[in-house]
Formats: sequence, C-alpha cells, structure tokens
Amino acid sequence: MAQDHDGATGGDAAGSTVEKYGANPPSAGTAVVVADRIPNPGFEPYRPRVTDLDEAKERQQERRVAGFFILSIVGTVAAIVAYIIFPIVPGDLNSVRFNNLFLGIGITLALLSVGIGAIHWSKSLMDGHDMVEQRHGTRGSDETRAKAVEVFTLGNKESGFGRRTLIRRTLIGALVVTPLPAIVLFRDLAPAEDPVPLLQHTLWKKGTRLTRDPSGTPIRASEVTLGSAFHVIPEGLNELEDKLEQKAKAAVLLMRLKPEDLQVSPGREDWNYAGIVAYSKICTHVGCPVALYEQQTHHLLCPCHQSQFDITREAKVIFGPAKRPLPQLPITVDAEGYLVARSDFTEPVGPSFWERNT
Amino acid sequence: MSKKSEAPSNRKAGRRSPLATVALLTIGLLSTGGAYALFTTSATAETSAAADAQIEEGGKLFAANCATCHGMALQGTSQAPSLIGVGAAAVDFQVGTGRMPLAATGPQGEQKPVQFTAEQISALSAYVASRGTGPGIPDEKYLQGDGDAAVGAELFRINCAMCHNVAGAGGALTEGKFAPPLSGVEPAYIYEAMVTGPQNMPVFNDHNISPEDKANIITYLKFLDNTTSVGGFGLGDIGPVSEGLFIWIFGLGAIVAITVWLTAKSN
Repeated sequence: MAQDHDGATGGDAAGSTVEKYGANPPSAGTAVVVADRIPNPGFEPYRPRVTDLDEAKERQQERRVAGFFILSIVGTVAAIVAYIIFPIVPGDLNSVRFNNLFLGIGITLALLSVGIGAIHWSKSLMDGHDMVEQRHGTRGSDETRAKAVEVFTLGNKESGFGRRTLIRRTLIGALVVTPLPAIVLFRDLAPAEDPVPLLQHTLWKKGTRLTRDPSGTPIRASEVTLGSAFHVIPEGLNELEDKLEQKAKAAVLLMRLKPEDLQVSPGREDWNYAGIVAYSKICTHVGCPVALYEQQTHHLLCPCHQSQFDITREAKVIFGPAKRPLPQLPITVDAEGYLVARSDFTEPVGPSFWERNT
Repeated sequence: MSKKSEAPSNRKAGRRSPLATVALLTIGLLSTGGAYALFTTSATAETSAAADAQIEEGGKLFAANCATCHGMALQGTSQAPSLIGVGAAAVDFQVGTGRMPLAATGPQGEQKPVQFTAEQISALSAYVASRGTGPGIPDEKYLQGDGDAAVGAELFRINCAMCHNVAGAGGALTEGKFAPPLSGVEPAYIYEAMVTGPQNMPVFNDHNISPEDKANIITYLKFLDNTTSVGGFGLGDIGPVSEGLFIWIFGLGAIVAITVWLTAKSN
C-alpha cells in the first residue's frame, strides 16, 4: 500500500494507520501524470533538540508545561471567583459587563492554557522524529470483500429479497413516496401571492395623508418649514397588522426646498407643493433606507453603498451604484391644509426585480 | 435727554420766538418727567434698556467679526447666507460651539475653540434676533435630560441615526462633510441644532419634533453619555468598519501567530 524510504512495502501491521514516510505511486485515476515533477525532498535531517541534549533544559520545559496546566487551574478558579465577586444585578446593565469580562478571561485562561501546555509538551518533550501519517487505502482486503459478499448473498437467500419481486417493488415504491408530504409542506413556504403586484404597489393612494413616523399624526404643509426633513409614513399604517411589511415599501422622506431650486420635468409640475417634495426612502440599488439629507447641497446619501441623489433634479443619481432615481410621491394639500398623496408611486419602489418593466 | 435739548436752545437764543419758551418748557418737563417715570416705576423698561444696550453691543461685535461675510445688514453675501430670521438659537449654536466665525471655507464649518465670552455670544444672539424673529434660546426645562429615554431613542433612530449613528458616534456625508459625534454635547446645543438645522443638517422644527420630544432625544443622548457600553469597548461605535478592522488585524494576527508557533520546530 505504501512504501517507506527503502521501497519496502509497508502496512504489514493490520489496522496500523501510522506509516513511515514514502512516496505513493500515482493512483490509477490520475489523469495527468507529470513526467518532470520535482522530486519529493523528503524530511530534513534529524536534529536533536536542546531538551534531547540537556537534562536541565528538559526539566525546565517539564516545569513550564506543568506551569501551563497550573495556570489553567488558576483560570478555572478565577472564573468561579469572578462570577461570585461580580454578580449580575437585575436592572443594572453595567453589572453584566464585569461579570462577562472576568468570567470570560478566567475560562479563556483555563482552556487556552491546557491547549498551549499540551502543544508545548509535544513540541519540546515528546519524541521529536518526523513522521507522516498516511491515509490507508480505501479498498478492503480480498478477505474482507469476500466476507461482505458472503453476508449479502446469505441475506438475500434467507430473506428472498431478490426472489420475491412483489415485496421488493412495493418496498422500493413505499420508500420513494415517503418524501412527498415534505414537498407538499415546503411548497407552502413560497409566497402564497404572486409577489410582483405586491412589489409594484404601496400603501399610498389618492388622498392618503402624509403622517409623521412613528406617531402617525398628519402633517400640514405650513409645518414643513424651509430646510426641514420629515420622515413620513402613510396614514393608517400603524393600525395595520403587517405594518412593517407595508412600511418597508411606503416609507417616504419629505423635504422643503425653495421652489426655484427645484428643476421640475414636464408632467411632474403638480407633484410638489410649494417646494415640498416627497421621495421614496427605499434605495433603488438594494433597498437601504436613504435618508441622509443635506439641506444646503440638497444631496441625499445612501449609507450602505454611497449612492447620491440630487433632490433638486428629481433625485437623479449623481454618484454610486444606484441606477434609477428615487421614485417621487406626487403630493398636494387637502381642504384642511394637510399634505396628501395624489396617487401611489408611479413606478415600483426599491431595487430592481426580474419582472420590473423599466 | 433734557440736557441735550437745552444745549442748542442756548446757542440760538437770539432768534427764538415767544412761543419757543413755552414749547421748550413743555418738552423739558415732559422729557424729565418721562425719564423719571421710566427709570423709577417700570422694571420692564429698565430691562428693555439693558436689552437695548446688549443689542447695541452685539451690533458692534457683529460689525467687527461677522459682517465681512454676512453683510452689514445681515443680508448675506456670496460667501455666507443671510442671517435675517435665523434667530438667537442659530447664533448661540454656531458661535457657542466655535463653528463661527469660520476659520476657513471648506466642506463644512468645524468645531473649534470658542472665540467669544458667554456675554458676547448673548449680545450677538440678541442682536441677530432683533433683526428678524427666529427660534430663540431653548427653555431650560427641556434641557434637563429627565424625559423618556426610550421614546427619545425611537425618535433618534428615525430622525437622527442615519447620519449621527445609532449610538450618536457621528458619520460621513458627501464630499468631505460629516455628521459630528453627539457624545458630550451640551443639551442646549443639541436642541438648537435640531431647531435651526445648522449647515447641512435639516431643520427639525417644533411641528416635526415637539419640544417635549426634543427633550426626550436629549435624555437619550445623555443616557448614552452616562452609560458605559455593556459589551465592553465600543471601538468608536461605528460598527463594522472599526470592528472588522480590529478582528482582521488582531484576530487573524493571533491565528497566524498560533499557526506559526504550532508548526515551528522546537529548539
């Protein structure tokens, strides 16, 4: 199976996994046999360690290993002592800090010292000869193989598995169908509804009031002073059972700029109200909340990947990986002076998805 | 007052008409009486006189230190915005934290040692406030840090944390600007910053975040200041950057060192 330096066959001891170093012949499955491979240089010549030569050093290392193990004992004791000295006081968050810190240091010392001591022991005191542990071959001996065949043949003969085809086939059939309930069950993990319409619509619709996040109180246009930024949720969101799912799509940032600073494209003239604009807070790149608004430069920064949107130019992307501007929510005021949506977003909010048209 | 009005009348004695004596007497009596009434009976008049003096002092300071950029009439120039209507809160914040006067133009005016005394800052604030109404100095009762820290934390996460970091550690903005860390900032400046929106920070007026909620936010920030991090070292509380760098250098370094030691031959 394997060979040592002299080329003699090894592996004579049955069950022995420890063999002397030797080059394996290329296995039959190797596709490419390199003709000019670099020869294995083998081990470096044996060099005795100081502990092999000097008994005083050996005793010193012995004491050192024992020292690590004693340190481990100290660590264990320290962990127990620390747990008692620094108890976790209910209601006092900071008591957790010292409790965890010193308990952790104690246990670390206990475990790490055992490991370091063991390694140091093996490196400095145990036998220092180089050695390779070969994987033993996967093919069993002919004897074992014959025995296995015998067992199977006998089993087949006694059970009649090969002969009684009805039993065999029904058993195989029964085993094949067992996973079917799992498939039926797991199928229900998929979204029950087609997700595409869900992605294309949000909670906003004509007349929905813009309300403050998190209180849900409506916002008057007069309350949004120049330079203000309001974090907005649609009215009624807080009463919904799936409010987080809805908020993830409907979150809006409301800002007031000077009307003359806004560059409004045709068709969007009535989407802002006296310089108050509302944009989706969901980044068109991968859906992070974009809300780092700079009121002088009118830049909106996404903290995740540094996409920048210019609010004066309808959230046009001016930097970063986002490809589309943030969708704008068309807004106006109702009879009582509260800001309301003119409609839902006119395009799907958030990142791209397969079925998105644009 | 009366002295002033007498001085010219003496000089022009030769040309005065008979009625002038009567008129002069009337004016003199009225003004002395008026001044007497002003200084003895009314305390508010006294404070208003003191306030006038403060505004005048502020005007001088403004002309000497601010007008180059902001204009003599606070109208603003191409270098700096108009200060009409910014209110006392804006001046107190900008000058009180040393951001103004600006040391140099740059991405943003940075905090530096304060240039004026508290009295001078009050005078400047009073002067700017007198030229146009704006947010005033916040009421002490909102600055005590005795509100609801949990409510404040929620509002902070919604309105502030995207720039200032959830632990108030600050963060980067575009083109060299940054949101400063909020630890150890005086409650008055936190309040004033919210209400005035200094530099690129948006305005959070009292309709957006009520004064009580501003007090709650201040309470939360003071709670952060006074509570040491339960998890041990916060590493600046800036999240994956510092923590990742730490584990990359020290965690991986330790693994490499242990591996080298494991495989090295003993002497």
